[in-house]
Amino acid sequence: MIVSHLSLTDFRNYVSAEVELRAGPNLFVGSNGQGKTNLIESIGYLSTLASHRVSTDHALIRQGSELAIVRARLEHADRTLLVEVQVNRASANRAQVNRVAVKPRELPRYITSVLFAPEDLALVRGEPSGRRRFVDQLLVQLSPRFSGVIADYERVLKQRNTLLKSARGARVAEGQLSTLGLWDERLVAFGTEIIQGRQELVERLRPQVAMAYASIAGIQHRADMIMQLTTLGVQPDDDDLPSAGQSANPGSASADEIAESFRAALSRVRRAELERGLTLVGPHRDDLLLELNGLPARGYASHGESWSFALSLKLASAAVLRAESAVGDPIVILDDVFAELDEARRAQLASAIGDYEQVLITAAVFDDVPEPLAAHVVHIMAGEIVEGPTASKAGEDGL
Amino acid sequence: MYEGIVQELIDELGRLPGIGPKSAQRIAFHILQTQSFDTTRLAQILMDVREKVRFCSICGNVSEQDTCTICRDPRRNQAIICVVEEAKDVAAIERTREFRGLYHVLGGALSPIDGIGPNELRFTQLVQRLADAAVTEVIIATDPNLEGEATATYLSRLLVQPGLRVTRLASGLPVGGDLEYADEVTLGRAFEGRRVVEA
Ligand SMILES: Nc1ncnc2c1ncn2[C@@H]1O[C@H](COP(=O)(O)OP(=O)(O)OP(=O)(O)O)[C@@H](O)[C@H]1O
Ligand SMILES: [Mg+2]
Ligand SMILES: [Zn+2]
Repeated sequence: MIVSHLSLTDFRNYVSAEVELRAGPNLFVGSNGQGKTNLIESIGYLSTLASHRVSTDHALIRQGSELAIVRARLEHADRTLLVEVQVNRASANRAQVNRVAVKPRELPRYITSVLFAPEDLALVRGEPSGRRRFVDQLLVQLSPRFSGVIADYERVLKQRNTLLKSARGARVAEGQLSTLGLWDERLVAFGTEIIQGRQELVERLRPQVAMAYASIAGIQHRADMIMQLTTLGVQPDDDDLPSAGQSANPGSASADEIAESFRAALSRVRRAELERGLTLVGPHRDDLLLELNGLPARGYASHGESWSFALSLKLASAAVLRAESAVGDPIVILDDVFAELDEARRAQLASAIGDYEQVLITAAVFDDVPEPLAAHVVHIMAGEIVEGPTASKAGEDGL
Repeated sequence: MYEGIVQELIDELGRLPGIGPKSAQRIAFHILQTQSFDTTRLAQILMDVREKVRFCSICGNVSEQDTCTICRDPRRNQAIICVVEEAKDVAAIERTREFRGLYHVLGGALSPIDGIGPNELRFTQLVQRLADAAVTEVIIATDPNLEGEATATYLSRLLVQPGLRVTRLASGLPVGGDLEYADEVTLGRAFEGRRVVEA
């Protein structure tokens, strides 16, 4: 699938913009702060209904405006589709497909993208929550029912934590605590579904991540990953808890086995949970352990290595989404990627993404981007698409 | 902000469920500006409702007498009790005209967040009813959400006794809904949770 035309109205720093896009690579160039990231963010927003930079939609609406509109013409095979979202400051957002109103949350059915941005460095260096979000988002893209399962799990968690907390303050009636078992059952049921879904996904991603990393950094490098389950006694960020001292590779455990170890873990930490008023084991505390050449990436990998690893995670997602897609490749979006990579890795990355139907790339410095990706260049200045010098490298964008 | 009593009216209306500040303001000005609006009648009904309507001492449904019309009706099947969360669920089931037994209104569902545990719900009254009467079946019709399901599980364990059949309303896909219109989340989960059909 490709976006052949993009219209923005009062989106970020764009008053109004019309951009023609092509199949293959599209390169957006401009100095810092001109609106390159804003432009690709709009496509990311259409496909996920979330920004990769902020958690509220308000920042997407141009300062002083009441609403922002993102409209994209999508093409796949011989079909054309017009998808549109209107982000409102004071009321619910609205969406259209081919000029017919749809629920905004239906938009991701029509457009799929994989976006890599500097913020994704946190996937490797940051807290486990970022990695869980990465896995869960992909899980939902591949299998929408998980959005319901995850929402239910989070609701059980809230109920259960409230119950544990009230037990801790001893304010709880005996009767209340007798229902803990009920919430345990739901926690285990939804949690097992999530653990299993994540594990199957991680198994599918692993070879793709290894391949992507090797293709960027060279085949002598081995990138691997594994889910670390708190229900198997692994406590990545918490050492004041009893641990079963076991971190076996859960590989492809059956639902029954996962549920069994979940129940066992709950009874192991029961006392600690009652003391702390918190649910201490379960998928909400699991982590995706990333390993580079046998060492944990977090805390060991260099800046460039971490960057390449984060990038590999996104390229692997693109590969998995592509394999499942009925409407062609996901749109691959790379924000400010090239500046951080050495010459060799730049060239490798260029060839790794070469065969996606459409790739959108931003760069502040034109020369950072390998030649083959400069086939279609769009110049951006102060929230406007400007006629720039043609794709000749001389005299580029006056930095 | 409006002067004194007008603002008080708006604030008071705004405290009602489902009425936001804008609607509260619209209703307040409708009352103020419409000459034909009978404020005495509305005020009287509000006072009567408080005074006259109570909850049925048997089933917990709303009632104008000590017991509700359903509990008093000898034509209803006394052997079946349908357990619901709220009185409004009784009204909804009555509209289907499918059920001719009796009801038991719990007054909510188990939900620690809302401070509702077993002691806050009318479980004991239900157990008592089962001890006295010749009830052979209890249908659990709590909401098909997390709290409703937890309540149903709790009940199904509480009610284990010889000679009593405990059933649960089928749920999952919206009742009477076309598959075509179920969204991918609901339909996807229905597939994942599918069961072997008993022969
Ligand atoms: N809601 C908004 N209304 C108006 N301007 C905004 C809004 N949100 C962001 N901006 C402006 O957009 C500019 C940032 O644009 P963007 O992040 O796309 O820059 P960029 O071209 O990617 O730069 P860099 O090369 O530094 O990454 C900032 O100057 C910011 O003030
Ligand atoms: Mg940027
Ligand atoms: Zn009654």
